[in-house]
Amino acid sequence: MYFQDLMLKLLDYWGNKGCTILEPYDVEKGAGTMSPHTFLRSLGPEPWKVVYVEPSRRPADARYGQNPNRVYQHHQLQVILKPSPDEVQEMYLDSLRAIGIDPLKHDIRFVEDNWEAPTLGAWGLGWEVWLDGMEITQFTYFQQVGSINCELESAELTYGLERIAMYLQDVDNIFDIKWNKDYTYGDIFNKAEYEHSVYSFEKADINTLKGLFNIYEEEVKKVLEDGLVLPSYDYVLKCSHTFNVLDARGAISVSERTNYIGRVRNLARLVAAKYIEQRQEMGYPLLKKEVLKDE
Amino acid sequence: MSRKYLLEIGVEELPARFVGESIDQLKSNAINLFKEERINYDDIKVYSTPRRLTLIVHGLDGKQEDLNETVKGPAKKIAFDDEGNPTKALLGFMKGQGIDIASIYVEELNGVEYVYGNVVKEGKTIEDILSINIPNIIKNINFPKSMKWGGKNLRFARPIRWLVSLLDNKVLYFELEGIKASNITKGHRFLGSSKIEITNIDEYVDVLRQNFVIVDQEERKDIIKYGSEKLAKEKGGNLQQGEELLEEVTNIVEYPTPIIGRIKEEYLSLPVDVVTTPMKEHLRFFPVLDDKKRLLPYFITVRNGNEDFLDIVIKGNEKVLGARLEDAKFFYMDDIKKPLESYVEELKKIVFQEKLGTLYDKTKRVQKLAEKIGEYLEVGEETVNNIDRAGYLSKADLVTKMVSEFTELQGKMGMEYARHSEENEIVSLAIFEQYLPRFAGDELPTTTAGSVLSIADKMDTIAGLFAIDIHPTGSQDPFGLRRQALGVINIIIDKKLNISIKELIETALYIYVEVNGLAFDYNKVKDEIMDFINGRIRNMFMDMGIRYDIVDAVLGANIDDIYDMKIRANKLNEWLKKEGLSEILSAFNRVANLSEKAVSDEVQRDLLTEDEIELYESYNNIEEKVISSIYKKEYDKALDQLMVLKEPIDNFFEKVMVMVEDEKIRNNRLGLLKKIYNTMIQICDLSKIVSK
Repeated sequence: MYFQDLMLKLLDYWGNKGCTILEPYDVEKGAGTMSPHTFLRSLGPEPWKVVYVEPSRRPADARYGQNPNRVYQHHQLQVILKPSPDEVQEMYLDSLRAIGIDPLKHDIRFVEDNWEAPTLGAWGLGWEVWLDGMEITQFTYFQQVGSINCELESAELTYGLERIAMYLQDVDNIFDIKWNKDYTYGDIFNKAEYEHSVYSFEKADINTLKGLFNIYEEEVKKVLEDGLVLPSYDYVLKCSHTFNVLDARGAISVSERTNYIGRVRNLARLVAAKYIEQRQEMGYPLLKKEVLKDE
Repeated sequence: MSRKYLLEIGVEELPARFVGESIDQLKSNAINLFKEERINYDDIKVYSTPRRLTLIVHGLDGKQEDLNETVKGPAKKIAFDDEGNPTKALLGFMKGQGIDIASIYVEELNGVEYVYGNVVKEGKTIEDILSINIPNIIKNINFPKSMKWGGKNLRFARPIRWLVSLLDNKVLYFELEGIKASNITKGHRFLGSSKIEITNIDEYVDVLRQNFVIVDQEERKDIIKYGSEKLAKEKGGNLQQGEELLEEVTNIVEYPTPIIGRIKEEYLSLPVDVVTTPMKEHLRFFPVLDDKKRLLPYFITVRNGNEDFLDIVIKGNEKVLGARLEDAKFFYMDDIKKPLESYVEELKKIVFQEKLGTLYDKTKRVQKLAEKIGEYLEVGEETVNNIDRAGYLSKADLVTKMVSEFTELQGKMGMEYARHSEENEIVSLAIFEQYLPRFAGDELPTTTAGSVLSIADKMDTIAGLFAIDIHPTGSQDPFGLRRQALGVINIIIDKKLNISIKELIETALYIYVEVNGLAFDYNKVKDEIMDFINGRIRNMFMDMGIRYDIVDAVLGANIDDIYDMKIRANKLNEWLKKEGLSEILSAFNRVANLSEKAVSDEVQRDLLTEDEIELYESYNNIEEKVISSIYKKEYDKALDQLMVLKEPIDNFFEKVMVMVEDEKIRNNRLGLLKKIYNTMIQICDLSKIVSK
C-alpha cells in the first residue's frame, strides 16, 4: 500500500465513522495534538469528531536524512473522538483491518503508556498500540489540556504513518517508503531533512530565535487581551516551535529549559482559559447542534 | 440454602503493574462487605487478566440473620392512662417501631418504670446487599493513577466496558454510572466471541478458556514460565530469571503462547546489559543465557494469541528488536569513541539540583568526601588513589548516549566504559558499586573503594538536600533520601566500618561550603541530618527484631559509630534476657533522673557521710574494669560489672537525702550520681529500658 493510499484509507475510514475530515493546520508544530482542532476543541462540554493528517516537526529528531528511523518531520494521522465512544477500541481495530492489518495474523497489544505534553499542560492515560512489538499508535484518553480538567474526555488516536507504512511495505528505511507509484519518501523529503538538520543543529541564529520567542510571547498576551483566541494560539505554536529549534541547537541549558517550558505552558493555559470563556459566551454552539441531531 | 456469586469487571487493557494489586483490593473489599453485613461464605476467589477482574464467592448465606433488638419507649406513666389503656404516646412508639402490644413490657430504670419493646429486625437478603454494595466495591478499588472517560462521573485505571453479575446463575442487576450488569462477557479480543452468555457460574472458567482466555493468572504464569523454559532448553540455554518481568508479561496477555526468535550474531559482542536492557525494558522479551551466563542469540517473547501465523509475529518482533539493538549499538559504539574521562567536562552542563550546582560540582564533592573517608578509615595509599580516581569518573557515564537512553544502566555503563578506557578493575567496579544498594535487599558493594564511594555519594546527596531544606516528609521522599541513608547504614554495618556519622555529616556539609559556597544554618542542618539518620537506624534495628526501648537506650548514649551501636544493641538485647533485672533498672533510672540536676561529676570524699561512702567505694572499685570492658566492646560484661552497684545504690537512696538545703553537700551527692551515670551512659542509656 502506497503512503498516500494509507492516508486516504484512514481518512476515509474515520470519515465514514462520522469524523469531520480536515486539512493540516498551517503553523509549525511538533504533534497533531497541538493543532487547534485538538488542543482547543478538546476543552469544554461540546462534542467533536475529527480526523486529519498532521506533518509534525521535531528538530531534535533530525538526522540529516541519514537515519533509517528518525526524521525532522514525520506525519501523524490524528483522530479525536469527543466524548470517547464505548466501542472506541473496536473502532480503532477496524481501522487497522481497513488498511490490511488482520489482527488474527499478528500480535496486537495495548501497552500502558501515559502521555504527557508539558509545554501544553496536557496529559492523559492510555496505551501505545503494538503491532508484533512495534509501536504504531498512541491511544490516549485526555484528562487535562492547557492545565484545565477535561469536562468531556476525548479519545485521541495518533497513528505513526511512517512506521505503519514501513511495516506494510516491508522496508527497513523510512526513505524507501513508496509514497505513490512514482516517488519514494526520500525523493520528496530527503533534501528537506538534510537542510532542516543543518539549520536546526548548526545555522539557526540563537539570538534571533531567542528574540523571536520573546516577541511571539508578547504577541500571545497582547492579542489575547483583545479576546482573539485563535490568532493568539498561533503564536503559542510559534513559541513552541522556536523553543524546539533552540533546544535542538543546544542553546538552552537545563535550568533555562524548565523555564522555557514553563513559559509556553503558561501561554497555553491562558489561551485555553480564554477559549472556554469564549465558547461559554457563545452558548456552546456545537452542543446545540448535537441536540438537534439527536432529535 | 447456600448461594454463589460471580462478578466480572470488564475493562480496556489495564496497566500490567496495577492488575495484581487490584484483585487483592477487590477481594478485601468483598470480605469487608460480608463482615459488615454479617454474611457467611465458604470461599472467595479472584481472577484477573488485562481485560477483566473477577470475583467468585461460594457458599454465601441467602440472607442476614434476623436481629432481636430491645428498644426503650416512654415512661410507664405516660404510656398508659389511668385505666391502663395505651396512650397516644405508646401507640405512636409502637407504630414507629412496627411492633404490637404483645411485645411490650415494663422495666425499671433508675427508679422509673419505662416501657420496652422487642423488635425483630428482619435480615436483608443477599440480593439487596449485593445489588446495593457491589457498585461501591468496584468504585473503591484504588489505583496509583486513575482516569475519567466519556464524560462519566467515575474513576478507574482504564474504562470499564461491561459488568457480569450473577447470583446462582441469574443476573443480579445493578448499574454503575450507566454501565448495566448482565450475564454477557467477552472472550479474547481477536480469537474469542465478543458476546458470551454465562449461564452457569461453575462453567465460567471453562467457557472463557474455550474463548481463548485463561482467566486464572497463576495458570497463565505457569504456561509462560514452563513454555519459555522449554523453548530455551531446546536451544541449550536457560531463561534469564526475572520474577518481575514474568509477572508483568502474565498481566499483559489473556492467552499466552511463548515464541522464540533470533538475535543477529553481530549484537552478541556488545556488553550483555547493552543488549538485554532494551530487550527487557522496551519489548518485555526474555533473554536466553547459556550455562556460563553468556547471552545466546535468541529471545523469547509471549504472544497474546494462539499458534496461528507465528512466523509473521516472530518476523515482526525480530525486526523491532533489530531496530532497538541497532540504536543500542550505535549509542555504545559512539560512547566508546572517547575515553570515559573525557565525559567529565560535559557534566558541567547538567544540573544536579538547581541550588546544588551541576553534576560536575557533585563529582568534585563526592571525590573530596570519598577521599576524606578513605583517609579517615586508613585504607592505605593505593586504595585512596583508587577512590580518588573512581570518584572523579563516578558520574561521567551519565552524559553518555547509552545512559541517557537507559537511565537504569547508570554505573553499569560507567564500569564498562572504564574497563574499555583501561582504568584498573578496582576503579571500574567502584563506579558500578557507588549506586549499591539500589533497593531494599539489593547487593552491597564488595570492594572498599566501592563502599567508600557509595557512602560518599549518598551522604553528599543527603547533606545537600537537607542544607537547602528539602527533607523527606510523610510519604514524600522524591529523592529517595531514606533509602540512601539506609544504604549508608547497611554498608557501614556490613563492612564493619568504624566511622563517625557526625564527622561524616560535618565533612559533607563543609564540602558544600567549599565547592559551592552554599550558605545555610550549619548547626541546625547538622542536627536535622543527625536526627534523620538516627531515625533510620531506629527503624532498621527494630526491623532486625531489637526491642524499641533497647534501640532508644543505645541511641540515647550518643554513640557516633553505627557498627558499634549494632554490637551494643545485640549485646543489650541478649543481656536483658537475664532474670531479675527490673530492680537494677529502676535503680539506674533514679540515678539518671537525679544526675540531670548535677552541676558536675566531681566528688569530694571528705564531704561524704558514712552512708554514701559505700556507694562511692563500690563504684571506684569497678570503674576501671567497666571502662576497660567498654573499650574492648564487651558491653555485656560491663553491664554485669555495673550490676554490683545495685545494692549500694538502693542503700544510698534509702538512707541518704540527696536534695538537702546545704548546697555543697547537695552538689557533692549529685556529683556522685552523675559520675555513675557518666559511666553507665558510655554503654547505653539504661534508664530508657522499660522493665517488665
